[in-house]
Amino acid sequence: MTESEIRAKVRAFLEKFIQDQDFQDADNIFALGLVNSLMAMQLVLFLEKEFAVKFSNQELNLKNFHSVDAMVALLGQRGVIAAA
Amino acid sequence: MSLQAYIDEAIAPHADRWDLDERIPRAVLQELAGHGLLGASVPADQGGPGRSAVAWGEALESIGEASMSLLSMLTVHAMCTHAVARWAENEARTEWLADLVSGRKLGGFALSEPGVGSDAKAVTTRFEEAGNDWRITGTKRWISASELADVFLVIGQSSQGPTAALVPRETPGLTIAPIHGLLGFRAARQCELEFKDVLVPQRWTLAGPGMGFSHVASAALDVGRFCIACGSTGLIRACVRASVNYARTRKQFDVVLREHQLIQAMIADMTTSYRAAHALWRQAAQSRDEMQPGSIMETTTAKYFAATACARAANDAVQIHGANGCGPDYPVQRYFRDARVTELIEGSNQMQQLMIARDALSTFATRRRR
Repeated sequence: MTESEIRAKVRAFLEKFIQDQDFQDADNIFALGLVNSLMAMQLVLFLEKEFAVKFSNQELNLKNFHSVDAMVALLGQRGVIAAA
Repeated sequence: MSLQAYIDEAIAPHADRWDLDERIPRAVLQELAGHGLLGASVPADQGGPGRSAVAWGEALESIGEASMSLLSMLTVHAMCTHAVARWAENEARTEWLADLVSGRKLGGFALSEPGVGSDAKAVTTRFEEAGNDWRITGTKRWISASELADVFLVIGQSSQGPTAALVPRETPGLTIAPIHGLLGFRAARQCELEFKDVLVPQRWTLAGPGMGFSHVASAALDVGRFCIACGSTGLIRACVRASVNYARTRKQFDVVLREHQLIQAMIADMTTSYRAAHALWRQAAQSRDEMQPGSIMETTTAKYFAATACARAANDAVQIHGANGCGPDYPVQRYFRDARVTELIEGSNQMQQLMIARDALSTFATRRRR
């Protein structure tokens, strides 16, 4: 899966929950109050299922999930991203 | 012996006595371990019995029908066990998980405090670094199964934020005092836990410091809400069964109660609630089996519906039984008291409403073009 495909899937998932506000890929969705605390769990479930990975405790740090960019980077570290 | 046969023979006939005595014997939980119920929240690849959430839910519903006190003890054990399976580092997982799954050890979940309920992030129990240990100080209250639990999942505050760690029962500085005279779930062996300079290794931290609420407690409460949704559905079934049996034999105005249309109306409402609650938890269970992110809100919805519906059903069951419903000869007075508790635990009705509304305000909004 390419980086742009992964980015699109992550954005599509978030846009189900963030409907009234535009957000950039670098925006911290937790700090901006765009999602509630349950989203942390939902994001872990979504990313692990969608991209067939299992995150370690070290990877579960919220900073890895607070923006689209951070999640794409995390998935990149896990080797999910293929060359376009 | 099948699980249902065990419930019929070894649980249901004793539930009223356990309620009066305010205690369920530990042996009952050991025997349920033999049916694979103590590790049911753990995936098969981590030593769990490989039971689907749907199959687990059916078992929980049957146990809830027989004894909600027992259901609540299984719930907190499942919350603790799931957290260890999901968040413990390898060493801690090796140390605890197999014993929790087998039932050799029982788990508890210590979040609520004397001054902290719904605002769970505000817990005041302190985790201070002491070399390679945490020094834990604080008080936890309303901790189900803690009179028997061998290890507690404790949520407190460290310098890095909410933090979760395992604390064995025998740790010096931990005192456990039973709470008696409860309204409902009277046999669930609830206690208050006091931590005075309790030292536990930091390697027993789950998911790392700062992740104690966003990940560990949230995921545990999600497991807890699933258990309560299924158990409360069983309690509705118990109300229907008791009401139908009573209405078939009790005579008033020269006819059995079932002939009275206002009695039929109450039975119709509780039966409808039962089928709806059952459908909601099954939908959530299927999503959980598929690891769908939507399973969290489906579980919350199922818990909220089942809790409110079982409170209504138990109220109607007492109404149908009249004065007999208030006395010791029929179980509906226990159902009534236990049902009230389901509206408070693992998040009150109001907390469920907030979560459901926040989700609906996003997911049901008409999509706009970006």
